[in-house]
Amino acid sequence: MAGAEPMIVEAKGLRKRYKDVWALDGLDLTVQEGEIYGLLGPNGSGKTTTILILLGLTEPTAGTVRVCGHDPAREPLAVKRLVGYLPEKVGFYEELSAWENLRLITSLNGIPEPEAKRRIAEALEQVGLKEMARRPVATFSHGMRQRLGIADVLVKKPKLAILDEPTSGIDPEGAVQILELIRQLKDEVGMTVILSSHLLYQVQRVCNRVGILHKGRMVAEGTVAELTDSGGGLLAIVEGTTPKLRARLEGEEWTISVEDLGGGRVQVILEEGARENLLQALVEEKATLVELRPRTRTLEEIYLRYFQE
Amino acid sequence: MATIFWKELADHLGSKRFFILSLIILVVAGTSVYLGVQAFRENPENVGENAYLLLFTTAQSGLPSFLSFLAFFGPLLAVLLGFDAINSEFTKGTVSRILSQPIYRDAWINGKFLAGMATLGLTVLSIVLLIFGLGLFALGFPPDIGEFARLILFVVVAIIYLGFWLALGLLYSVLFRQTASSALAAVATWLFFTLFLYMIAGVIADQLAPIRSDSTASDLLRNQSVRDFVLRFSPVALFEEATLPILVPTYRGLSLLALLTRTDMPTSPLSLGQSLLIGWPQLVGLLALTSVCFAVAYLVFMRREIRTT
Repeated sequence: MAGAEPMIVEAKGLRKRYKDVWALDGLDLTVQEGEIYGLLGPNGSGKTTTILILLGLTEPTAGTVRVCGHDPAREPLAVKRLVGYLPEKVGFYEELSAWENLRLITSLNGIPEPEAKRRIAEALEQVGLKEMARRPVATFSHGMRQRLGIADVLVKKPKLAILDEPTSGIDPEGAVQILELIRQLKDEVGMTVILSSHLLYQVQRVCNRVGILHKGRMVAEGTVAELTDSGGGLLAIVEGTTPKLRARLEGEEWTISVEDLGGGRVQVILEEGARENLLQALVEEKATLVELRPRTRTLEEIYLRYFQE
Repeated sequence: MATIFWKELADHLGSKRFFILSLIILVVAGTSVYLGVQAFRENPENVGENAYLLLFTTAQSGLPSFLSFLAFFGPLLAVLLGFDAINSEFTKGTVSRILSQPIYRDAWINGKFLAGMATLGLTVLSIVLLIFGLGLFALGFPPDIGEFARLILFVVVAIIYLGFWLALGLLYSVLFRQTASSALAAVATWLFFTLFLYMIAGVIADQLAPIRSDSTASDLLRNQSVRDFVLRFSPVALFEEATLPILVPTYRGLSLLALLTRTDMPTSPLSLGQSLLIGWPQLVGLLALTSVCFAVAYLVFMRREIRTT
């Protein structure tokens, strides 16, 4: 963690109780300026609660929060001026047009007329809804609403954008587009982004840093590379193995482990430089190499490892 | 708050339900003018100087007077404006989007309430002025200043009365998550106060102070006062009692004594101040009901968790 970067979000020991359930149980969270931070976790792990606390929309039962240097519970307006929020199930006034919905947001933010119009036009352009500006939101598809939601955040020109499940319920292609849009905007506008999701592979591609939440606690945090790094080595999947080959592989000094996957397939983990040796052995024993890649864990694997306990 | 006020006002005035109800009330305004003018034509000497007030209080051949019509159907209009004010925002998912903007939370509910009041005020005022105008055509002479003052006063009381129902609708919209439940609750309350309480009041009065064939005048009086006591729990009755002295200058109160002596006493009109004095307790009661209702809605809303799941 580069300590020189100013912290835009600092939360310590957050706890939040809803009736008899602890939604958050001692959460620590720091987000640096200018990064895309991915808040990961299964449903009900406390992502939305964390976000609501950061926005001052709900108060933590215990713990301290600073967002852009303000306490959201004490100075909600200061925080809300600086933070843009896209809720998980974003809703619009159906009978109003996209433009009018955004206009409402600009006037709630006290943005003067000419500036507001300029920003709305710009934001709609950026999310690709320029042609739909005058159509009522009732006619919008789910993906379009999500884009409008992003425009909604953009018109505020926030320092920090918090996007709660921005890709939920959208087809994979649309989700990729939205994530690309988020990354692009982050680069153009230079805002910090916190984005929550339960879909890991998506987050993996855009986030600088991720935190994995489980049962209201942060169970792992770091850059995607840090979390997926597992000490080097290669991972190979071999098909058509014989017991003889298995025995041979197990005997070699460059193998780290051999695991039977069933049906003659084995997963071999070997040292970085032993690629040639493995291929040699496979050719001699007439087995097929199905997959060979650097041994990193996908977030999926990490996810499963944490949540299986 | 101004932004919310104007948005809500525009929503109200543009909504279908407002249009339909206004249409109904408009028809009634026409009818009441017709009735009033008929009564005036039949025996002009009985009407004397308060012909305009008569337009609002004449009931004939099964058709209710404008006053009782407003007492009966006005609440429906008011409740309809309020019953889904808050919970529909929750179901639409606009709550967190609006509340994450830099506005205080109470600005939202205050803005909604004020916009509702403005809508009701506009409606009542325009209908009363319409009746006035039609009356001018039909009667052919202008109202005097006393009548005018009484009518303005009537409009104020009517707005307070409708404000109670608006606040009630707002309260239900905060208490109930589903718009269907709040609508049902609102209509049930309306029916209870406009119909059932009137029946119940009679039953209770007959139980507590039965009237037999040999009943004395004091028994009758007791029966009547028990009935009045029960009825005064209803804002509808309060409204009627508060506005009758304003619209009927000769009115001297609801008590049986006043009714019995009406024929014997000179029916000279009271001054405006005296008339107001008769309905003053009821007026204060109405105002209190309205404030309490709104205050409860306000408190519950301020404490509500934004989290919907």
